[in-house]
Amino acid sequence: MEFYLEMLIAGLIRGAIYSLIALGYTMVYGIIELINFAHGEIYMIGAFTGLVVAGLLGASGLPTLGILVIALVAGMVFCAGYGVTMEKVAYKPLRKASRLSPLISAIGMSIFLQNYVLLAQTSDFVPFPRLIPEFKFLEPISHLLGSSDLVILVVSSLVMVGLTLFIRLTRLGKAMRATAQNQKMAMLLGIDVNQVISLTFMIGSALAAIGGVLIASHSGQINFYIGFLAGLKAFTAAVLGGIGSIPGAMLGGLVLGVAENLPIILSAFFADIGLNIDIPNDYKDAVAFCLLILILIFRPSGLLGRPAIKKV
Amino acid sequence: MRAVLSVSGVSMDFGGLRALDSVDMEVREGEIVALIGPNGAGKTTFFNCITGIYAPTEGEVFVSPPGRDRINIRHRKPNQVTGLGLARTFQNIRLFPSMTALENVMIGRHCRTRAGLLGAIVRGPVTRREEKGIVERAYSLLVKVGLGRWANEVARNMPYGAQRRLEIARALATDPFLLLLDEPAAGMNPQETQDLKALVTRLRKEFELSILLIEHDMKMVMSVSDRVVVVEYGKKIAEGTPAEVSADPQVIKAYLGEESDA
Amino acid sequence: MRELSRGLLASLWMVVLTAPLLVVRVNTTDKVVTWRWGNMLWMAIGSLLLFLAWRWAMARRGGDVQAADQDSWFDKLLARIGQGPLRLPVILGLVLVALVLPLFVSMYEMDIYARALIYVGLGLGLNIVVGMAGLLNLGYAAFFAVGSYTYALLNHHYALDFWLALPLGGLFAALFGVILALPVLRLRGDYLAIVTLGFGEIVRLVLQNWDSFSFGPSGIANIARPTLFGREFGVQDSAIFIYYIALALVAVVIFVTKRFQDSRVGRALLALREDEIACEAMGIDKTGVKVMAFALGASFAGVFGVVFAAKQAFINPDSFTFIESAMILSIVVLGGMGSIVGVAIAAIILQLMPEYFRFMADYRMLIFGAALVLMMLFRPEGLVRAKREHYTVKDLSPQTEDK
Ligand SMILES: Nc1ncnc2c1ncn2[C@@H]1O[C@H](COP(=O)(O)OP(=O)(O)O)[C@@H](O)[C@H]1O
Ligand SMILES: [Mg+2]
Repeated sequence: MEFYLEMLIAGLIRGAIYSLIALGYTMVYGIIELINFAHGEIYMIGAFTGLVVAGLLGASGLPTLGILVIALVAGMVFCAGYGVTMEKVAYKPLRKASRLSPLISAIGMSIFLQNYVLLAQTSDFVPFPRLIPEFKFLEPISHLLGSSDLVILVVSSLVMVGLTLFIRLTRLGKAMRATAQNQKMAMLLGIDVNQVISLTFMIGSALAAIGGVLIASHSGQINFYIGFLAGLKAFTAAVLGGIGSIPGAMLGGLVLGVAENLPIILSAFFADIGLNIDIPNDYKDAVAFCLLILILIFRPSGLLGRPAIKKV
Repeated sequence: MRAVLSVSGVSMDFGGLRALDSVDMEVREGEIVALIGPNGAGKTTFFNCITGIYAPTEGEVFVSPPGRDRINIRHRKPNQVTGLGLARTFQNIRLFPSMTALENVMIGRHCRTRAGLLGAIVRGPVTRREEKGIVERAYSLLVKVGLGRWANEVARNMPYGAQRRLEIARALATDPFLLLLDEPAAGMNPQETQDLKALVTRLRKEFELSILLIEHDMKMVMSVSDRVVVVEYGKKIAEGTPAEVSADPQVIKAYLGEESDA
Repeated sequence: MRELSRGLLASLWMVVLTAPLLVVRVNTTDKVVTWRWGNMLWMAIGSLLLFLAWRWAMARRGGDVQAADQDSWFDKLLARIGQGPLRLPVILGLVLVALVLPLFVSMYEMDIYARALIYVGLGLGLNIVVGMAGLLNLGYAAFFAVGSYTYALLNHHYALDFWLALPLGGLFAALFGVILALPVLRLRGDYLAIVTLGFGEIVRLVLQNWDSFSFGPSGIANIARPTLFGREFGVQDSAIFIYYIALALVAVVIFVTKRFQDSRVGRALLALREDEIACEAMGIDKTGVKVMAFALGASFAGVFGVVFAAKQAFINPDSFTFIESAMILSIVVLGGMGSIVGVAIAAIILQLMPEYFRFMADYRMLIFGAALVLMMLFRPEGLVRAKREHYTVKDLSPQTEDK
């Protein structure tokens, strides 16, 4: 039984990271209806920025938790910068173009950023230092919930609550919602739509950076390619929850994270009941993609999204 | 006279808005029926419901193609409905802007022709004959609606009135028995409207069509239609010959009153 | 002057933004930090120049509007060749060059040219799906894989002949195309892109992990080379033979594409890109038409997959990654969506360039990504703008207007 619980928690941890990245997809999509393909790369850049900070401060004698905070902040700031720059260069000039153009531009951006990091840093996997100390009080249940698990859960919950409050309560948040609902109307009401879009990219990118730094410290190694899969998974999460819906992205991430452990869980379950069916764990990526295809076919509006009506 | 279209109790909801409220209607063989009503009354929505673009929230839509039994088309897709013999034009012109007038009409022949992948690649005698037939038929339809000399012009570059008539030619290419025209005279000058009126009556005779027509131009409605149906706020409020309807006090209040000088 | 100061500002922004990754490289295990200040200078100069070029290009492009209707000198040149009396000589010349090429190049180069031709075929296949049908397929490599594995597996288990595998590969790939297309074609464009991407990855993951079926990551080796009426070739002649096979198949594929373009279904596809609702109202079964395009495009990939397997004599899942799909997509996008000539040119350039510009090898993918973005911004129609012959009525006089 313990094993299943372990798998559930592991799934939730991974899911929380997916949620953080998925928020960026969903927010951008909500506002300009673009699947920002390069969003996964921002997450990867966040991880690398964290690595640089950790490397620079590693010898400074700061407590690791302090380094983690600085790494998170640096990752957020720089990724926000990458986010807005990317929007200005690759998407903004294409707002009025046909739908395919910005999507292809985004794919180009994604390939570009991957190779930029490859050239600027390295093509190999690099070790990432553990920035999260072992908490004493977790020792009795450390096999279930490690300290980095706890930090990931706490930080991502805080971020999501913060984001929800920001969007509900602040003026900028309201402007974002208005723009998402009807861009023309928002413009007529005096909302600076360009500013809102930039802000959306900034926030989305910053959230991805948090995910990047946390997961890097959790898994202990990164390379330039991690953004591709993580981005796809996060996109799946966003669609699963209902693209455009912020609570949907959070929920979708968690569900996907848990669902990905299905191959292991099922294998263990079959073993428990005496069947010898072993599903390779490598199929976990396939689970995500199958899930994506199934939702899009059967419920394209996702778990929490609203179906769209076509207008004639 | 047998009914080619009979609609009973059709309602359409958009969220909280009831755009159509339990509308009944019939179009009989060879008839020209006008559907009138103020803007936003639900006329276009009615067209969308019977052509399969929207699935009505409630109600049934039956059509009777010539020589066939009544068919319920409520759950058919738009292309299937067209295949059965209903063809329409759009209020906000929906041509294929970068294709020529001829090509636009050729597209209308799609559902009456067969060539598939193999035919396309091999291009045997059957396919070649079919292609030739498509071009000839399309051109003759263009001539019929008076657009013969526009055949090679890209639709986007055609004058407005010609575009409206091109839509009619394209619809005719699908061999319909019931033609649905959504405000065909909108944006036309009086001369063009006059020509259109003549065209509509001529087409009915020549193609043995029944026609359902949405129109704001009262002169046109009164002179071409056999029967008029009036809707307001999604409800049918009157029905009858042009003379009866124009004498109906409710209609005068709802519609003619505000538009009599239009 | 104002431009220059804005340029300096932009360059400062880029320098700061990229500083952590470009300047610092850390090794956390050995606790070594490498500083590369020089990169900062390059970034500053590079981004300043790029900014000025950017402003200039943007001004020419005219803000948001895409100047799609202006022909550049390149379009005019192509039009001159494409329509004038030069057309036939140029085509014959190209064919002749392609035919005699094996006499002049090494076996190694032969192999590269054969690969380039395979990519021309792949590009043309994807061109039908993306360029003509407007369906963004990001998992096209999966169909390529289906073709390759069809031949590899059937040859491994049943010693199936290349020539039999050729149509089978195309057929299986088309079948996969239909199976995928039927449920997903209803989806909106960008969703379709992601679903096809997911499908491509699933196919690759299955090939990677289902050892008993596909031999997993170690792949399949010793795939038989093609024979000619039972005659076998040595390694050297085989390379030439495969080159000719690929060349012939490219010719077939071009022929099929052209025929398809000018057919009832091809026309419907064109109309679908302009207005789907109007098409449905004209009785076009939009899913049916799109499925046909999807399957036809997939079948090209299947056929060239068989050729690929025969050429390599060894395949494994690594040849069918997302990068592969992105590469083929770039061929279509850069060449010009819908343009046969453009796609062929782009495929050849993209395949041959890395061979002849070795010094750029490291920057290849970087340039590639940037090229995709720039192309969308400044010339979304690609290298060669797709031109189409309109159907016309030759003689407008005989039938009089009856108005
Ligand atoms: N797709 C839709 N979604 C929401 N409301 C719609 C939609 N289509 C039409 N409506 C509404 O239904 C009502 C009737 O519209 P319409 O049928 O176009 O009127 P008419 O053609 O008579 O002018 C209008 O209030 C319109 O706003
Ligand atoms: Mg209307």
